[in-house]
Amino acid sequence: MPPPPKARVDEPVSWFQKLRPSRIRTEGPPAGKGRGIPEGLWTKCNACGAVLYREELDRNLDVCPKCDHHMRVAARRRLDQFLDLAPREEIGADVNPMDPLRFRDSRRYRDRLAAARKSTGETDALVVMRGRTLGVPVVAAAFEFAFLGGSMGSVVGERFVRGAHASLEARVPLVCFSASGGARMQEGLFSLFQMAKTSAALARLREAGVPYVSVLADPTTGGVSASLAMLGDVNIAEPNALIGFAGPRVIEQTVRETLPEGFQRSEFLLEHGVVDMIVHRTDLRERVASILGLLSGDSIPAEPAA
Amino acid sequence: MSDASRRLDVLDLERPIAEREARLEVLRATASGSEGIEAVRRLEAEVREETAAIFSNLSPWQVTQVARHPQRPYTLDYLERMCSTFVELHGDRAYADDRAMVGGLARIEGRALVVVGHQKGRDTKEKIRRQFGMPNPEGYRKALRLMKLAERFRLPVLCLIDTPGAYPGIGAEERGQSEAIARNLVEMARLRSPVVCAVIGEGGSGGALAIGVGDRVLMLEHSVYSVISPEGCASILWKKAEEAPRAAEAMGIDSKRLHELGLIDRILEEPLGGAHRDPDAMAERLAAAVCEELDELDGTDPETLIARRYERLMGHGVFA
Repeated sequence: MPPPPKARVDEPVSWFQKLRPSRIRTEGPPAGKGRGIPEGLWTKCNACGAVLYREELDRNLDVCPKCDHHMRVAARRRLDQFLDLAPREEIGADVNPMDPLRFRDSRRYRDRLAAARKSTGETDALVVMRGRTLGVPVVAAAFEFAFLGGSMGSVVGERFVRGAHASLEARVPLVCFSASGGARMQEGLFSLFQMAKTSAALARLREAGVPYVSVLADPTTGGVSASLAMLGDVNIAEPNALIGFAGPRVIEQTVRETLPEGFQRSEFLLEHGVVDMIVHRTDLRERVASILGLLSGDSIPAEPAA
Repeated sequence: MSDASRRLDVLDLERPIAEREARLEVLRATASGSEGIEAVRRLEAEVREETAAIFSNLSPWQVTQVARHPQRPYTLDYLERMCSTFVELHGDRAYADDRAMVGGLARIEGRALVVVGHQKGRDTKEKIRRQFGMPNPEGYRKALRLMKLAERFRLPVLCLIDTPGAYPGIGAEERGQSEAIARNLVEMARLRSPVVCAVIGEGGSGGALAIGVGDRVLMLEHSVYSVISPEGCASILWKKAEEAPRAAEAMGIDSKRLHELGLIDRILEEPLGGAHRDPDAMAERLAAAVCEELDELDGTDPETLIARRYERLMGHGVFA
């Protein structure tokens, strides 16, 4: 990805150009090993077009303060928002992608991997960490959508499973933030089988009574939706996220009718009983921590009556 | 199937064979005397050689055509031939009976088991009734119900896979297609019964995998198993569906490649020219192979079975 264009302030601007919406674009690759440090001061909401002060947007967890649009969040940034500052320990960072099929379409898979690594600062589409959220010990995983559409290949599957095993071993809950187009085509059937692999690991968590909370962000479709993302003891959707098995375009081509308004959006899923709740990003941490507290069955001192 | 209808269903790659066969038919009708018989024999041998030559050298895209052959035997065609008894069971107990997924109690070579499988339709009416072998969530839920039934009665499970994929429809999404598939993956990973899966035609993506988690995974020689259809892959990565042959090549979807990659356990050789040329022989081979695999799994206690299955699932993937 090329560096984002800088605002050109030294050029003369005619009066009507001043009236047009700003063209300043500051969204770009996060600097400093993908730590989510913004490069520019300003960013634009891709829903309402409002130009937003980057710092304010950060404080608002990448939710547009003007229209409440929940923007996509980089994996590391997501974990930053969710986990307490310390302790944190990454799991599976040493697992790296390979190219078992020597896959090549218009570009080589290897080149796509290299480009994704460069633009995101990540080595694959899932980041897993052990840590705490509001003091509750957890293992948390987050998809990096900017890395090949958050697609699940061998590395995503392996990291997820290592996270699940860590959670199983320590008997601490697992939380996963999904944002993925599905299985990674460039790894063929290896990718498909990651659905079975991750689901099998979750089956063991179920048997052991270790909680798993799945947070579905925009978008969660295909093989990720049809495996780990739907298997939460509690499934939480972010507002207005696209969630479904088949993509809307495929469905439209199959059924040859226009899809209903709001089809496959979070509210639709809640209505059809697929997710337990829709939670605003700013409430997410507290809500998850509270659910985990309840699932742990721990009693806490009753609040004194007012 | 009549000869007339068969001729309409000839693949391009089969055309040289079909032409020789047509000549053979004429010759058979007209030939007389020892010379005539000799000519028939020669032509018969030529047909066999031609078929062998073509089928020993199919490209992945051609294999896809054979796997989708309009005359290819489907699940019920096999069950009819393999089972001395088959009692079909219907419905998911919640919403509907999905005809794109069939299943029931069966007896194969004396052995009682539960069978589930995708079911495609042969003629237009049947194709629509079976929704082209693409199940809705209720199909996967029916399959799961039957697998849990097998578990309760300590019966092994046979899954026959043959689908372009799970149905991409409005109702399917409303009723939780993703959840239905995901739940099968979880439950099959821990099922206490031995599970043998066989791809008999198309193994299309999550819709195939949803009945594809087992202790043994077999593939018929000319079947395919892929993460996305070659057309789907081509239209996303090459931006045009016409590149499907290249996508098929790149993804590695045929039994030989998948076996080399260690993703499936065993290839079942098909009769010369494909399973559709001799469904009886194919059914016999399939029954024998399934029984062999089940014999091997017999006597393994459920805990060991589940532990081994888990190990097998955890072994999937290539990374550094």
